[in-house]
Amino acid sequence: MENILLVENLIQSFRVGKGLLDELTFQNGRFIRETLRVHAVNGVSFEIPRGTVFSLVGESGCGKSTTARTIIKLLEPKGGRILFQGMDITRFSKKEMLPLRKQMQMIFQDPYASLNPRSRVLDIVREPILFHRLADTKSQATEMAMDLLQKVGIRPEQANRYPHQFSGGQQQRIGIARALSVHPQFVIADEPVSALDVSIQAQILNLMMDLQKEFHFSYLFIAHNLAVVKHISDHVGIMYLGKIVEKGRKQDVFSNPKHPYTIALLNSIPRLEGKNLEHTPPIKGEIPSPLHLPSGCHFHERCPYAMEICNEVYPEERMTAPNHWVSCHLY
Amino acid sequence: MSTDVLLEIKNLQTHFFTLKGVVKAVDGVSFELRRGEVLGIVGESGGGKSVTGFSILRLIEEPGKIVGGEILFKGTDLLKASEQHLQSIRGKEISMVFQDPMTSLNPVFTVGYQLEESLIIHQNLTKEARKQKCIQLLSMVGIPNPEKRLLDYPHQFSGGMRQRVIIAIALASQPDLIIADEPTTALDVTIQAQILKLMKKLSEETRCALILITHDLAVVSELADRVMVMYCGKLVETGDTKDIIHNPAHPYTEGLLRSIPDIEQEKSRLEPIPGIVPNMFELPQGCKFADRCSRCQTICTQEEPPLFEGPKGRKALCFFPLWKDS
Repeated sequence: MENILLVENLIQSFRVGKGLLDELTFQNGRFIRETLRVHAVNGVSFEIPRGTVFSLVGESGCGKSTTARTIIKLLEPKGGRILFQGMDITRFSKKEMLPLRKQMQMIFQDPYASLNPRSRVLDIVREPILFHRLADTKSQATEMAMDLLQKVGIRPEQANRYPHQFSGGQQQRIGIARALSVHPQFVIADEPVSALDVSIQAQILNLMMDLQKEFHFSYLFIAHNLAVVKHISDHVGIMYLGKIVEKGRKQDVFSNPKHPYTIALLNSIPRLEGKNLEHTPPIKGEIPSPLHLPSGCHFHERCPYAMEICNEVYPEERMTAPNHWVSCHLY
Repeated sequence: MSTDVLLEIKNLQTHFFTLKGVVKAVDGVSFELRRGEVLGIVGESGGGKSVTGFSILRLIEEPGKIVGGEILFKGTDLLKASEQHLQSIRGKEISMVFQDPMTSLNPVFTVGYQLEESLIIHQNLTKEARKQKCIQLLSMVGIPNPEKRLLDYPHQFSGGMRQRVIIAIALASQPDLIIADEPTTALDVTIQAQILKLMKKLSEETRCALILITHDLAVVSELADRVMVMYCGKLVETGDTKDIIHNPAHPYTEGLLRSIPDIEQEKSRLEPIPGIVPNMFELPQGCKFADRCSRCQTICTQEEPPLFEGPKGRKALCFFPLWKDS
């Protein structure tokens, strides 16, 4: 199957501190200049076959959102390669990206913050159509926008309202309609349901899956809720401190997790049966700071199976079963 | 489990009088809590779970007002108690743990100071004894290096560690009841698991009752003995956790359970509850859930259902509850 997206060894980091003075520290009788960097994404590689859903899962600060924002070039990558539909867009300028923008769209976490409060809903959905000249006339654009709004479950008479007049679930529906207004090939959904109540979450997840079937686009889905991810994805990548520690088909990763972090994550989920936490030891410690990455495997300080080598060398990605990749010295 | 009742709430009504109208955030909720029991209150936002929690300590601010009911804590009605009497209960016999661990700690005082404060107010200890107690509390909630960390400020702790500090403060005066309002919602899953395990362990060890307010049914089933489901200010279902999770009687509980993706079962499609929560200013007549309910009949839109009693002390606010035996 052809890949819609291929990411190779993607690197992203940010400088912290504003000026020279912030970087100077006084050590052993002299000033030392040290540039602090948040190493958010440290060599992430994965591919998304056309028409499928790939999910990046991990806890806060693991770099999943930064990965998404770098792929869509809202942030300039610091290293690695991004191939979108076979085209290397890593070094594309803003101007070069412009025609591609209509093929990649994003759905954001906070539905209200991502809609312009002064625009009517119809205008919000119609603007991208007009901007990318996907309609010949304004009335045709209006028609397209109304059609989409109907598809996501917003009634025609609501189209002239402002975002604040809608509930959170409806606002997310509007965000989805806006993303789909330009017929994208590829949609990044960054925690699209985590701000919503459970009963509404299910509505939005169903809607997102129905629309994907109808329009045949691909998703990069970012989430921290493993149950949601298991429900929606074809492939998953588990991230920890800016690295994918395990990736593969969702059946393989969920029913046969290999990496100790994946196992720990799965063991940490509260379950309706109510027995999960009682019988499994909790993972110790907390995520180390991305300012000072641990040596060797990033997980070794918390890992119950850590060996000597884990402290020294970052484990290379190995295939343990067809299409099931793990970065761990155990395998 | 001992059967003596610690807290009994009868027909609690907390309303908010806003310019747009009256919001009945809690509308006739009754329940009781035994010593050492863990009660989970679940529901979606706007259901009245938190307001119920805050009402117990009379922490309702204008324009809110507790307009009716009784809150019997160890037999005395807190609604009739003087503010002075309440102050001696707040933080001593009943303490709270809030959702956001950063905003519930004061950023300009050390963690040790904030822990000690509770001890100074409620307990008569010498300075040295207080310090020892602080160290003991911090190590009880699993903070490494407690003696050193007493001198640290809240920003020097991570989210999970801050929540541990707050739990330590809540436990400082050996309360009989802790009300925890979404204590793990702001935390990551691995940290959430640590905190939930800690809370379970501590409530068993100290025999302190716990009211756990959360939107996450799975969290409740891991921790709670009994569950109370709230919708639009009403208690719609209550019973033992296992019964409710496996055989929900109220259609709303059933809908909630069906709409969450399950990590263990493959569902090709989620079954969401249709529609949205009604506007609290214009609540429908009759059952508040009627227009989203699959079992809705004519009577549901006309009359408010009473709280029907089912087997094993279960209750459901529905004309057509589904009592199944588990």
